[in-house]
Order: sequence, then structure tokens, then C-alpha cells
Amino acid sequence: MNPYLPLEAEVVERIQETPTIVTLRLRLTDADARHRFYCAPGQFNMLYLYGVGEVPISIKSGPQGFLDQTLLLDHTIRAVGRVTRALVRLQPGDRLGLRGPYGQGWPMQRARGQDVHIITGGLGCAPAVSVVHDLMRQRELYGHISVVQGVKHADDLIWHEQYEHWSQQPDTQVLLAADQASARWHWHTGMVTGLLDKLRLQPDRAIAFLCGPEPMMRASAERLMELGLNADRIWLSMERNMQCAVGHCGHCQFGAKFICRDGPVFNYPQVRDLLGTRGF
Amino acid sequence: MGTPGFLPMEEFQSLLEQLSQCGYRCVAPQVKDGALLFETIEHINALPRGIVQTQAPGRYQLQQTDSPRYFSWANGPQALKPLTFAPRENLWYSEVTAEGGLRFREAPTETEPLAVIGVRSCDLAALKLQEQHFQGDQLDPYFTARRQRLFLVAISCTHPADTCFCAATGDGPEVDSGFDISLYETDHGYFVSPGSINGEAIVQRLTLEPGDAKAFTQAQKEVTDSAAQQLRQLPGEDLQHSLFTNLDHPRWQEVAERCLSCGNCTQVCPTCFCHSENDVPDISGTKTGHERQWDSCFSPGHSYLHGITLRQETSQRYRQWLTHKFGSWHEQYGRSGCVGCGRCITWCPVGIDPTEELAAICTPPSGKEN
Repeated sequence: MNPYLPLEAEVVERIQETPTIVTLRLRLTDADARHRFYCAPGQFNMLYLYGVGEVPISIKSGPQGFLDQTLLLDHTIRAVGRVTRALVRLQPGDRLGLRGPYGQGWPMQRARGQDVHIITGGLGCAPAVSVVHDLMRQRELYGHISVVQGVKHADDLIWHEQYEHWSQQPDTQVLLAADQASARWHWHTGMVTGLLDKLRLQPDRAIAFLCGPEPMMRASAERLMELGLNADRIWLSMERNMQCAVGHCGHCQFGAKFICRDGPVFNYPQVRDLLGTRGF
Repeated sequence: MGTPGFLPMEEFQSLLEQLSQCGYRCVAPQVKDGALLFETIEHINALPRGIVQTQAPGRYQLQQTDSPRYFSWANGPQALKPLTFAPRENLWYSEVTAEGGLRFREAPTETEPLAVIGVRSCDLAALKLQEQHFQGDQLDPYFTARRQRLFLVAISCTHPADTCFCAATGDGPEVDSGFDISLYETDHGYFVSPGSINGEAIVQRLTLEPGDAKAFTQAQKEVTDSAAQQLRQLPGEDLQHSLFTNLDHPRWQEVAERCLSCGNCTQVCPTCFCHSENDVPDISGTKTGHERQWDSCFSPGHSYLHGITLRQETSQRYRQWLTHKFGSWHEQYGRSGCVGCGRCITWCPVGIDPTEELAAICTPPSGKEN
């Protein structure tokens, strides 16, 4: 098995979420490869655009439908770099390379029987959305669920309907925040950490999943600890430059951790010391 | 164990011939562009007979002497690394098909049997570390193929450079494992011991004289004496702990004022494994090669993350290299990432010496308790 070799995938659908954010719905073209593919919430794929390069993109779609011949994998991509700016221009029918899934996802086993608090910022909603899908699919396995999402500007929020839908579910709390509100914004204005006091947090039966910019994750984790949650009940999804995705190329090292292989999801105590240290 | 058999100097050519007859291309250190580099060799005349070297921070110089020996020097800028982890190689190719699909094809692996003459103990230690990295839970097929084809003729060091500190890291100067054939050099020839089944097969084909026990003891003593000549030391403490508790030490800024962030240290380092991946399109427009190339934590692109360079400052890059090599490497691979070869000191254009930097950084700045 060559760990570097991509498989061919096809763009089945392209969803323009915002001017710079696009969801590509992909399908592996080889049926055997589709059958073999299994991923867990929080894992990522390497997407390769012909002649341009590869980038790590988290897998947004939950495992429902993964046993299906028509297995579809959603990847939500923000156009920020050389490769992503080109990737978001792909159209249905276009081909690209895909290899994965990689990394350690969210600790779904540990979350069983617990209240699950998902706290995200910015495009951090993509890896988190996969976990919320998974929680909702087997809703009875978990206690209270809260979904807390912060964005810079109210217009940056994507998947409005999804949040509205989740907020209607039993024993589920949805809290949204925008640093800058718009006219129609009826949620919290300010930082996402400002919402944490509103959580129905029972520290002895709660687990928190954090995803987003590091200052936001660090502030949230520290605030949750002040609210009584143990550090080892906090998990977060990290990001670094990744080129190989198998712990070989060295770019994603964070202290002794290879984010691609040991993460991207870490228990807070594993990364707490270095998180927020400039240059790591 | 008895005294190893002895191959007289004038018979050294037979080692090359036997390896060649067994299908190996031989590479050995040769003088090129003022340095000792591994190059293909057919005759021992090309070996650096009588060459000695001066290595110092930022300095590397060869001199010719009357010595009859071929290996009376410490090391050149290369270790085994370029032979197992190629500086640049294709991993795979992609091709656009007539139907608009994409086809992926693995790049062929390197399989030509290769015998390396004159491998040093530090380089064998570095090879073991690279094996841990590239042949861990994810097997790198390119590294693995390049490694499998190697036949290693190692030689214990008798002439350490001033920059060498393998005795301090526990990686030399005596060759003790990981080789196919081990040599001890004297003025008259070589004590030859096999270290593997392949090595045994080659040794069987050589016409060896019975080794003289006294001469062998003397050859071994030269090696242990060479360890005693090494002056550089590493701070004798838990470096991972010391480095990570001194991330704000003023020395990081101070060394950054000297450091050019050129990455030479990482390129000559026999254990550095970082590499970048790039697509190189063919002129036809329908094919592209996906290449990997040695990268360095001193390059701006190394810490690129969605539009941002995380390590903008040289102090942060130097800190990344040192905290990794001497610190977090322990957690990743159970030991330091440094084998004491001293190349990073010699080939640093401004002569930065990590052993000095470590000593300074692991000492709390004056007035502060660690």
C-alpha cells in the first residue's frame, strides 16, 4: 500500500455557501474504493487538484450513507490559499484526487452517555457539523447536546437552516454569536466565549468538543475549566500545514505531536502547554 | 570473539571487486569540490588516500598528507541520508485521460543494489532514526526500497573532527551495529568483521590474513582514544524538559541575530526528515509529477497555514529546530534526534554551534530560577 497515492474522485455537486466558502460533494469513482472507505467524524482527507497540489480538508459528511454505493463525501472549503482558491472553482463532473481518511477523530465512545457541548468558531463548523450529524443520528446515546457557534460577521454564518433545525430537537441547545451583528441577527453579539455561561453545564457528565481558531479554543477551554469542567473532558481539533498526512513530512509538528497522525483531535491536556505560544 | 581477519591495504581493491561481482554498484568518499562526497567508485585509487581534514564552526578544509590511510578524516557534508531519503524524487504521477478522468501511477522505487564504503558510526545511528521515522506505522515505499538495496561497509573513526561529539550522544566513534561489514583501519590494512548474512557472504569471498591480536587491540585503542579527543558535550539533563521550560529565553533572540535562516544545518543533518510536496506539470499539459523535496524548518513555507506564516521570525525557526532535534524527538522516537556528527556546526555559514546554544538556553537567564 502506497500511503501517498490518491484515488480518483468526482465532483457530484458544488454548493456555494458564501462568496469564499464552497462545499464539494465528492464520490470516489472506483466502486471497490467506495466500499472500503470508512471515516469517523473529525477525520480529514487530502484533496488533490491536478497540476496544482494537495490540501487537507476535513470531512463534513457524517457516516450515514457510507455503506451506500453512492457514498458521498462533503468537504467544505474556504478559498484562502493557492490550492483552495483553485479547488473551489471545480464544477460537477470535474475529477480530482482524494486520499484518506486520516487522523484521529472525535472521541465518540467517550461521549456516550454524556452531555456533549460543541463549541466552534469560524469555519470550525465544518469538522463540528460532522460530529453533530453523528450525535443526532443516534440521539438516544447521548445526554443534553449543545451547539455553540461563533462567527466574525453575522453574514459569515452558513447552514442557518441546520442550526434552526437542531435547535428544534429535544434536549438540544443552539447558541450562536457574531462579533459583528447584521440587521436580522437575533442571536448573541460578541465573542463565542460570552455564550459559555449560558450552557447547561454539568461538569461531572459533560464532554466538550472545540473547533476553530486557536485563541478562541484556548479561551473557551480555559473558561470551561473555570466553570468546573476538567481539562481531560475537553477535546479540540487542531490545524497545521500538512503535506503527507501520515506523519512523515514534518510540517504539522506541534511540540512532539504530529497533528495529522496524533490528531487533529486532541485531548486538551495534550496540547495545553504549547497552545497560544507564538511560533509553534 | 577472536581477532577479525586482516585485509592488507594493497588488497583493498578486492573488496570492491567482490562487491561488484555480487551485483553492487559501489560508492565511496572521494574528493570533489573541496569536500568528501560519496561517488561511484571502481578502483581504490579514487579513495582519499592521505587526506585529513580540518573542521571548525563554519569551516571545512582538506589537506593532503603522506599517510597511507584512506579514512583518516571524520565525515563529509553527506551522510547516508541522500541514499535512502532522496533530496528530490517523484512519489507518483497523474495523467488526464481522454475522457477527462484522472489516472494516478506510483513512481518506480529505486532497487539498484548499492554498496557504501566508509560509513561512519554516527551515520548508522542516523539511519536507524530515519528507519524509525519512515518505516513506523506508515511504511514509506520509496525509503524502504532505497534502504533494502544498501550494503553498508562501515569503518570505526580514528580521526574525529573538532566539531564531532558522537561520544557525547553515545553514537560513536566505534561502529557496533547496523552494518554489513565493519572495518578498523591501520597503516597496513583493515580488520574485517561481517555484521549480517550478506556481509558474511562477501567476507567469505575475500582472502583475509589471520588478524594479529596485538595490532587489533592497537586499532581499537585508536578509536577509543579518538572518543577522548572530542571536546564538545551536551548538557547532561532532560533536554526536552529544559528546552520547553525555556521557550522565552533571551538566547533565542540572540542566536537569531547570528542565524541566517539558510537551512544548511537541516540539509546536512543526517536525521532531519522534513520534506515538501510539489506538483511539477509536464510540458504536454496532460501529465504531472508529484515530487517531494527536502524542506527545512528554516524556510518560511514550512509553517504556512491558510495564508499565514506561523514562524515569521528567525528566533522562532531556530527554536523549532533545536526544541525538536534535542527535545520533542525524545518523545517521538525515544531518543535525541542528534547523533553528534557535528555537520550542522561545520556547515553553518556563521558557525553556530548547537552544543553552545543548548548550554546557554538550558541555563536560566541571570537572576531567574529555572
